[in-house]
Amino acid sequence: MKRYVYINDDESSKELYCDNRISNRKYTLWNFLPKNLWEQFSRFMNQYFLLIACLQLWSLITPVNPASTWGPLIFIFAVSASKEAWDDYNRYLSDKKANEKEVWVVRQGIKKHIQAQDIHVGNIVWLRENDEVPCDLVLIGTSDPQGLCYVETAALDGETDLKTRIIPSACMGIDFELLHKIKGVIECPNPDKDIRRFDANLRLFPPFIDNDVCPLTIKNTILQSCYLRNTEWACGVAVYTGNETKLGMSRGIPEPKLTAMDAMIDKLTGAIFVFQIVVVMVLGIAGNVWKDTEARKQWYVLYPDEGPWYEVLVIPLRFELLCSIMIPISIKVSLDLVKSLYAKFIDWDFEMIDQETGIPSHATNTAISEDLGQVEYILTDKTGTLTENRMIFRRCCISGIFYGNETGDALKDVELLDAVSGGSPDVVRFLTVMAVCNTVIPVKSKTGAILYKAQSQDEDALVNAAARLHMVFVNKNANILEIRFNGSVIHYEVLETLEFTSDRKRMSVVVKNCQNGKIILLSKGADEAILPHAYAGQQTRTFIEAVDQYAQLGLRTLCLAWCELKEDEYQEWSLMFKEASSTLVDREWRIAEVCQRLEHDLEVLGVTAIEDRLQDGVPETIETLRKAGINFWMLTGDKQNTAIQIALSCNFISPEPKGQLLLIDGKTEDEVFRSLERVLLTMRITSSEPKDVAFVVDGWALEIALKHYRKPFTELAILSRTAICCRVTPSQKAQLVELLKSCDYRTLAIGDGGNDVRMIQQADIGVGISGREGLQAARAADYSIGKFRFLKRLILVHGRYSYNRTAFLSQYSFYKSLVICFIQIFFSFISGVSGTSLFNSVSLMAYNVFYTSVPVLVSVLDKDLSEGTVMQHPQILFYCQAGRLLNPSTFAGWFGRSLFHAIVVFLITIHAYAYEKSEMEELSMVALSGCIWLQAFVVALETNCFTIIQHLAIWGNLVAFYVINLIFSAIPSSGMYTIMFRLCRQPSYWITMFLIVAAGMGPVLALKYFRYTYRPITI
Amino acid sequence: MEINTNGATTSSAAGGDHGGGGSAATPDSSTAKKNSKRPKYSRFTQQELPACKPILTPGLVITTFTIIGIIFIPIGLVSLSASEHVVEIVDRYDEGCIPSAYANNKLGYIQSSLTNKSCTRTLSVPKLMKGPVVIYYQLDNFYQNHRRYVKSRSDQQLRSKAAGSNTITCSPEAETLHDGPIVPCGLIAWSLFNDTYGFYVNNKMLVINKKNIAWDSDKEKKFGSDVYPKNFQSGALIGGAKLDSSIPLSEQEDLIVWMRTAALPNFRKLYGRIEEDLQPNEQITVEIQNNYNTYSFGGKKKLVLSTTSWIGGKNDFLGIAYISVGGLCLFLAVSFILLYILKPRPLGDPSYLSWNRSPSGLSTN
Repeated sequence: MKRYVYINDDESSKELYCDNRISNRKYTLWNFLPKNLWEQFSRFMNQYFLLIACLQLWSLITPVNPASTWGPLIFIFAVSASKEAWDDYNRYLSDKKANEKEVWVVRQGIKKHIQAQDIHVGNIVWLRENDEVPCDLVLIGTSDPQGLCYVETAALDGETDLKTRIIPSACMGIDFELLHKIKGVIECPNPDKDIRRFDANLRLFPPFIDNDVCPLTIKNTILQSCYLRNTEWACGVAVYTGNETKLGMSRGIPEPKLTAMDAMIDKLTGAIFVFQIVVVMVLGIAGNVWKDTEARKQWYVLYPDEGPWYEVLVIPLRFELLCSIMIPISIKVSLDLVKSLYAKFIDWDFEMIDQETGIPSHATNTAISEDLGQVEYILTDKTGTLTENRMIFRRCCISGIFYGNETGDALKDVELLDAVSGGSPDVVRFLTVMAVCNTVIPVKSKTGAILYKAQSQDEDALVNAAARLHMVFVNKNANILEIRFNGSVIHYEVLETLEFTSDRKRMSVVVKNCQNGKIILLSKGADEAILPHAYAGQQTRTFIEAVDQYAQLGLRTLCLAWCELKEDEYQEWSLMFKEASSTLVDREWRIAEVCQRLEHDLEVLGVTAIEDRLQDGVPETIETLRKAGINFWMLTGDKQNTAIQIALSCNFISPEPKGQLLLIDGKTEDEVFRSLERVLLTMRITSSEPKDVAFVVDGWALEIALKHYRKPFTELAILSRTAICCRVTPSQKAQLVELLKSCDYRTLAIGDGGNDVRMIQQADIGVGISGREGLQAARAADYSIGKFRFLKRLILVHGRYSYNRTAFLSQYSFYKSLVICFIQIFFSFISGVSGTSLFNSVSLMAYNVFYTSVPVLVSVLDKDLSEGTVMQHPQILFYCQAGRLLNPSTFAGWFGRSLFHAIVVFLITIHAYAYEKSEMEELSMVALSGCIWLQAFVVALETNCFTIIQHLAIWGNLVAFYVINLIFSAIPSSGMYTIMFRLCRQPSYWITMFLIVAAGMGPVLALKYFRYTYRPITI
Repeated sequence: MEINTNGATTSSAAGGDHGGGGSAATPDSSTAKKNSKRPKYSRFTQQELPACKPILTPGLVITTFTIIGIIFIPIGLVSLSASEHVVEIVDRYDEGCIPSAYANNKLGYIQSSLTNKSCTRTLSVPKLMKGPVVIYYQLDNFYQNHRRYVKSRSDQQLRSKAAGSNTITCSPEAETLHDGPIVPCGLIAWSLFNDTYGFYVNNKMLVINKKNIAWDSDKEKKFGSDVYPKNFQSGALIGGAKLDSSIPLSEQEDLIVWMRTAALPNFRKLYGRIEEDLQPNEQITVEIQNNYNTYSFGGKKKLVLSTTSWIGGKNDFLGIAYISVGGLCLFLAVSFILLYILKPRPLGDPSYLSWNRSPSGLSTN
């Protein structure tokens, strides 16, 4: 599928493609209500509540006023609907701002000022410096004579460096005035979201040059939301507009993640639902039997002899409604509320602010904090995550001579400095590759110093090191590089750049020395991508040794190579390359293939070693988290040796003899399988010993293992607490996450770069480090933190507290609903199983929404143990990991407690208020007050630390209960008129209350004390 | 706790000190911008509000139980003695008031309008009963809380004349066939209790004060003074008592008492008061008009004479419950003390932590 964009053709494409109106809105004014309601009702819980609310409209069966369900239901719906509406309104406002921005567009050959939303595909858009790009454009002209312009793509990928964009060769040299009249066609793929790819062709119509097809790449485009920098003006043809731009396509609402706790709560809700159905059926049958045997004799009830056909359903349905409060309607709202507060606590945390940049941590996903406390596996990237990603050139090996081995810093190695000043040809060539073979842009600052804008930290380190060794990359003027070496200036013309891809693992440039006209190919890359391509006869052994030696030290190595090309050889190849670059299908693969043809017979010059220091606190963090029972896997694109060294230095694995590394390797399926079997066998044997066993696997073997031996590999994954996977691709990282998830483990993926995005999105929890590789990972992640060491606090403090708090909150919500429901059920046995509600509508509604939800909401401030204690004994996290606070058996405990409390309240009430005191309203208020008193003490008993807010909420709520009921008792038309006043005057009322509290809480307290002191739970 | 309250501490984000030309990836301007995102410090946001953390130490728990026990037992004794001081005479008369001729046809007796419903019972006063002595009638196994029954009333109709036809909730006793709505409508009013009592001591009639037996609030706000009974008990089925249609509802105190439905199937309702003292061993003769039908469903009717106390009527439950709960608390306190002595367990000893006890604590997981 392709689209053809006719440049400057006002008519043709207008109807075909959408205009540039951006819309991120989910709703419109008209569909908001139905669409939002539809979405909310697609949840089971809401459907259930709606059904209950509808049944209540039938006055024959409703035990209470329908308002007692409709009120909270409408409230809950209104809350989430208005939250959605507010979000949508804000999106609308920002859309409107973007849409109404004024831009210059060519219409009928004249430049006009129009609103951004009126841009159509094919229009020519003019931009000035610092303008935001309104839609995806193909550049056709800039103020720069070479056709270059600079853009800042931070909004798109978070990378803060400036990127160069260039006009296609066909548009080169077209006069400024003529750009208005340009006509042509761009053949491009349908909109997609890949911001690194644009495989298209451009053909200009006469009179503009010939009808030669000119290939277009992402380099020829400027995408929506970028900013034009350091360029006076630029103009381009709109190819994708509105929501079809690259940015628009990559937007989208990610799948909501469900925490293990949510799943458990859902399960428990299901169980309660089943229990409710059983209760309803039993009571319904009992009710019908009682009605037919007893109620018929009771003349005062005046049952008709012949009932309507649905008669037999009436009593069960009444009980269904009576029992509907078993599933607390408030739980969802409470949970949403506290979850957003957990997220806020993470945002606010002062100890998780990156002191270097001042960026606080941020929880993008507010719904999954509890999962942090239940993490079992952490999959971490290496570069930029464990390390600082601040590369420093440390050592090098040039033509077999090692520099920097003594001092640890090659830049201070006298031998190397001598060699540089002496002009040793090998060293000079080596430095040339360092300075030239890159995509760095030098920028002169006001002070005259040269700053390098580099996308890759490695290149940055190399160029800087070259500069320190007097090979200074001074300026880049279009294709001409200006290099100053020992006082002389050399110009190189860049003919082609063979870009780095993670498959090729190397990059090369073809340059022409402007002095002597020689064409040379400069390459740098991973050892296995360079050394096999050395010319026949070159001894590469020393380089292999150097690479090994550096890797042992945990340094990142790159091999540098070059070769001279003959003019005709280059020309021939250049044609192929051009053809490959203009293909629309599999362009990347074709280019790689063509590059391969040039990159052979290289002369390897040497090896560079770059240090990437560990971040502060990484070893401690890993040690603490491992003590907390979390397993670590390291997934890196780096070499095996480097990875193992880093792993050793950050406590990832223990050195021999305490630790043991098992290698899985092999090039063929058989080899991999045998190696896998062997490792598995060792694993099984050592699993009982207290030994740190880790396995190491590289990308190639991993590919085979995942494809053909998934089952043994899964077993290995379960057995092994530590793993190092090196040379893995982004998709393999995601596959590993998937593998662990499929074994029912809670996974957390942490990374900092674009290559970690897939793994971060795949994992249960994705954590992004807002590091130097841009913000891509941090954006895709659920949590973004500044430094790896914050992970400890994120998990042990925030995750753990969130888990504990939600565990209490959710179970308590069920407990309090069950208490009141059990009382209703008991009451039905003394009211002829007829489905009478003991409590009136107001009390029932207020009980669920107000009296019991306020005190428990402050449990979000509860801390069972201080942060220091948790950090000191990270093993405490086992408790959360194993889900000890919310599982069927703890839930059964709460269930039993609710049954016990209901019995206490009910029995004491009906005995203390027997005979002449058994007036309905009074008795119901006594039972209700009993529940409220018990709730206050239950919350108080379960609270571990009382702040002033807790005291206010718990005891204030008790006072508020009396105030509210006294107010209701003062309204003559209410059913409760004078009830509360009468009760408060009776000594027996207060005596009853204290009895309920003592009888209800005494056993609970005794049991809790006994269990805590004499039956501590082993983990 | 190291908290940096200084907002502008960030410095040299990029490593200008390494390498040559410097590689500023984070321009200064953006650092400054991000600084403004810094959250404000407060003890709430850092979850560091001053807090007290009560721990369930043996001392605390044992003290709590002891105190509860010490407080509860006296309260229980006081309540029990208050209840014991109440003098109560309960006389079940539904069985005794059936003439022997109708012993096998109680239902026929009570439903027939021709039978003589008068019945005489003799009660003896066990102890001095200080006036006012309250008279209750007690019904057992009578479900005033049955859903069909309890809902069958119209509060609006009772309150105001204007809402006279507001009888939707009253079915099946809402309207007569021809004359419109029944006032007061509904099953509760329709089944109004209609036994009457007369008390004689030494052939002298005791005056029964039937004023102020209903709640004042009901008389004033719930039952209208301009609402008069209409069409009441005029249907084919006669339920309970009839009402004098010349007296407004607010003065029909028996009805008001009856309309305060009981939550329990065994309940007492106030019939009236005897303002004078009853002497010990006095014989009281009660003339009962036994009209109300409890025979069809096996309900009991009792006449209750009782004095009152601060705790209400005679009800030993609270006293006994208090003494038992108090006793249980003391028992728990004692057993915890014993447990503490026999099996001491120091608090905060990390050697009790499971991972400290077994080095391979993980394998138990």
